[in-house]
Amino acid sequence: MSARGFLVADTEVLHSITTEGFRQLTVSDNRIEVENLSHAYQQRQALDNVSFDVSCGEIFGLLGPNGSGKTTLFRILSTLMPVTSGTVRILGHDLATEVKAIRNLLGVVFQHPGLDAKLTVVENLRHHGHLYGLAGKTLHHRISELLERFGLSDRAKERVEILSSGLQRRVEIAKALLHSPRVLLLDEPTSGLDVTARRQLSDYLGTIAQTENILVLLTTHLLDDAEACNRVGILDIGRLVALGEPDELKNRVGGDVILIESTDNETLGIAIAERFRVSTIFADNHLRIECKRGHEFVRDVVATFPDEIQTIRFGKPTLEDVFVKLTGNPFL
Amino acid sequence: MFWLLIGSGLSASFQPTEAANGPGYIEYFYPGIVVLVLLFTSIFATISVVNDRREGFLQSILVAPVPRWRVVMAQALGGTTLALLQGLLLLLLAPTVGIRFSATSILLSIGVMALLAFGLTNLGLLIAWRMESTQGFHAIMNLLLIPIWLLSGAFFPSTGVPGWLAWTMKLNPLTYGLAAFRHSLYFDTTANAFGEAPPWTLSMLITGLFCVLTYVGATLTASAQTN
Repeated sequence: MSARGFLVADTEVLHSITTEGFRQLTVSDNRIEVENLSHAYQQRQALDNVSFDVSCGEIFGLLGPNGSGKTTLFRILSTLMPVTSGTVRILGHDLATEVKAIRNLLGVVFQHPGLDAKLTVVENLRHHGHLYGLAGKTLHHRISELLERFGLSDRAKERVEILSSGLQRRVEIAKALLHSPRVLLLDEPTSGLDVTARRQLSDYLGTIAQTENILVLLTTHLLDDAEACNRVGILDIGRLVALGEPDELKNRVGGDVILIESTDNETLGIAIAERFRVSTIFADNHLRIECKRGHEFVRDVVATFPDEIQTIRFGKPTLEDVFVKLTGNPFL
Repeated sequence: MFWLLIGSGLSASFQPTEAANGPGYIEYFYPGIVVLVLLFTSIFATISVVNDRREGFLQSILVAPVPRWRVVMAQALGGTTLALLQGLLLLLLAPTVGIRFSATSILLSIGVMALLAFGLTNLGLLIAWRMESTQGFHAIMNLLLIPIWLLSGAFFPSTGVPGWLAWTMKLNPLTYGLAAFRHSLYFDTTANAFGEAPPWTLSMLITGLFCVLTYVGATLTASAQTN
């Protein structure tokens, strides 16, 4: 088994018996480790003491509203911006001192198209291969392989500008994977895509992470995208407010979530809080209440305030509820 | 067009002092217009850097394991190619103003044009890599690049101009680039009577130095602006 095959979360060092004998493998060779990372733009703190780990084979989502710091974090991880405070290790390499080694390991998909629209799909891939030292038959085979895998073979000779945004995003990902990176970073990968293309993308990423043991890290402000990740880190104003599996995070909300709209949310909120002994949060033009046995609560509250309530919604918690609970702010 | 309109308009009042029956203004202005085309094409080729490094194709290149000096060299050679192709189209018109090419002079002219285009693209890159907006780039264009061209001897010779202007022209690197180009156009003939142009060797030396310095400057700027 290769070194990449091992994923050990708790032990620091793994001893592996190989045919050559003993070989020591450190766990950090398979991970991105971010420790106390901070970044400031003049007076504004964009990242504040952020720490998390991601392992190979995992899809990790950084979820946050606009201005939460996820783009800054993405730019630092993709080596576009330097680490100014804290440490980042990517597969055992220090991002502050080993940028070149790290760049060889990364495949990066930016939010804004990184393709030359006037060139064909295959020309874009060929140029990208040259940047990573691929050439000749190796490059040719690799391009054919990726075109095949991403269903782009019949579009290979078409100019990128005439492709749909979903297809262009596929070309971007094929390009990022061309040099067989071990880490794939994606910034808002589903922006501008329709529902079908989003679902396809999510499936592709899942397959890549599992079959090739690639570490996939993406940023998103879309809850659906985050739900599809193995683990999620939620960012708010530069701070990492939650970290864990989507289900685990949602369980923290504790019960069901009820959303109520009325003509006077504030008065109704106070009345409900007094009558039912629950805490109410005003968020985004509605009242948000968390409670256990939500179906009974809905029945009782509608019976008590039949005229005041205009609409009432009852559901299981989402990652948005996690965000609201942890920050007290609406997810905008 | 620019060349024909201005050249024809000013030809009546243009009289070189040295040669009573020397070249007319259209012929004098011709190398200046070639250099203007090189300047514009080179510089405009670099504007895309301003936006591209924040959102676009260049971002993918900046995260690739490629040293900045190679990125800048590729950009400079790209701009040089574009500018040179445009310049070559204009060079086809040289016989219409009475320039007689020999094999040496045409090769030299193309060589000097390539050098000039390379230096000017690097000058553009040096500015573009610092700029936060394309508006800022246009402001620099007007404040710096147009005057550099106007005061290079492209529009009028330094003969007879006020002392401060003569000195400004002497300190302008493009004066030497233009002089090198004029010398190469007339390399085998003695028809080069255009006032006090700097000598050939000095012109080539300073043009070469301009290329090296702008390239180093652009590379350092690109390295400083990125991780």
